[in-house]
Amino acid sequence: MATARGTKKAAAGRGSDAMLAQPFAIRRVKNETHDTFSCELEPTTPKREWPFAPGQFNMLYVFGVGEVPISISGDPTRPGTLIHTTREVGAVTRAMRALKVGQAIGVRGPYGRGWPVEEANGKDLVIITGGIGLAPLRPVIYHALAHREQYNKIVLLYGARTPEDILYERELEKWRSRFDLEIYLTVDRATGSWCGNVGVVTQLIHRSPFDHANCLAMVCGPEIMMRFTALELERRGVALDRIYVSMERNMKCGIGLCGHCQLGGSFVCKDGPVYRYDEVRAVIMEREV
Amino acid sequence: MENLGRILSEHPFLQGMTDSQLALLVGCASNVVFKPGEFIIREGQPADNFYFIRHGMVQIETHIPQKGPLVIRTRHEGEVLGWSWLVPPYRWHFDARAIEQTRAIAIDGKCLREKCETDHALGYEIMKRFSRIIAERLEATRLQLMDVYGDSSRY
Repeated sequence: MATARGTKKAAAGRGSDAMLAQPFAIRRVKNETHDTFSCELEPTTPKREWPFAPGQFNMLYVFGVGEVPISISGDPTRPGTLIHTTREVGAVTRAMRALKVGQAIGVRGPYGRGWPVEEANGKDLVIITGGIGLAPLRPVIYHALAHREQYNKIVLLYGARTPEDILYERELEKWRSRFDLEIYLTVDRATGSWCGNVGVVTQLIHRSPFDHANCLAMVCGPEIMMRFTALELERRGVALDRIYVSMERNMKCGIGLCGHCQLGGSFVCKDGPVYRYDEVRAVIMEREV
Repeated sequence: MENLGRILSEHPFLQGMTDSQLALLVGCASNVVFKPGEFIIREGQPADNFYFIRHGMVQIETHIPQKGPLVIRTRHEGEVLGWSWLVPPYRWHFDARAIEQTRAIAIDGKCLREKCETDHALGYEIMKRFSRIIAERLEATRLQLMDVYGDSSRY
């Protein structure tokens, strides 16, 4: 099942000991929404770079609290700065949000297979995401815009819970002003003065003008959202082997040793987190996997 | 009439319908324009028409006492607005309001129901297409109700 997607870059950034965290310093903690924040990290060793492929993740270690896997949400063409966006959901992410500028944090990675950005060459690139699922796909957008000539249309469909939950609002505004990137936003629940789309992200698919026969779709969000999205894409004639999803399981070691993140016959940390949908559809339909 | 027929034939909902079926629809059709803020449908009123949206954007709303309107869904160019004309007692269940200037083709529901009763091939075609829309909207509503981006979500 595994291909070399992202693994070369992972090895470059991993160093000699895959289980040893490298020290980084907090450059900035930015609140994205009421419960989501981005951590900008810089290496404590000058001029050190941390190359990664879009879709890969790092293990972030808040010293004395614990370690969590978090997708890299920054720009792969600027490997000097590491950005991770996450929701505050437990002790580690709560402690991470409280870190101050200059404080230390440990980083292991980058791990996993990323998005197949090369496979989308010559096709319409369709990015469908919900909630914080935009974070692991933001590097794809950076990559695609930096290599714009390699793609036909680039379409981003993004669904959030409410207008207040929309991530990277300023950046989305900036991207919307471009003529070579089409963005459709929707919210499940309208609040305040929102006068944009209301409804689930799957309802944007039939309205967006991409070539269903020559596209590659990258989907990231809650697993149930990805299932419904894949169903809708299939209904519109997109082949299942042109749909990629990012899976989330309980990743611990990050290198396929501990087995915590087993998904069928694979380990999400090593063989994923990005999978071709037809490779995992049967497994994720199993109730107890 | 010929113009309305061309416009209808280009609407995604009606792709693949025969010329004679489109001609029957044209007999029940009229061009309409709604200003921003104008109500197209009012909850509880007779569902006499439905609409093929050509341009613009429409909010489906319900009114919550002491809270005001709650937007449930939006409808856009290329979509169909309203299916209560198809189901007794033919009354709207929600409000629909144009958010921007909205152009549409209105179809007289009673007129089309009568044509479907006499022309069962047309009736079956209309029912098949509306069934798909209703199923899609039911699925979307279920997904919306799941609140998948909420705190209980893994994301």
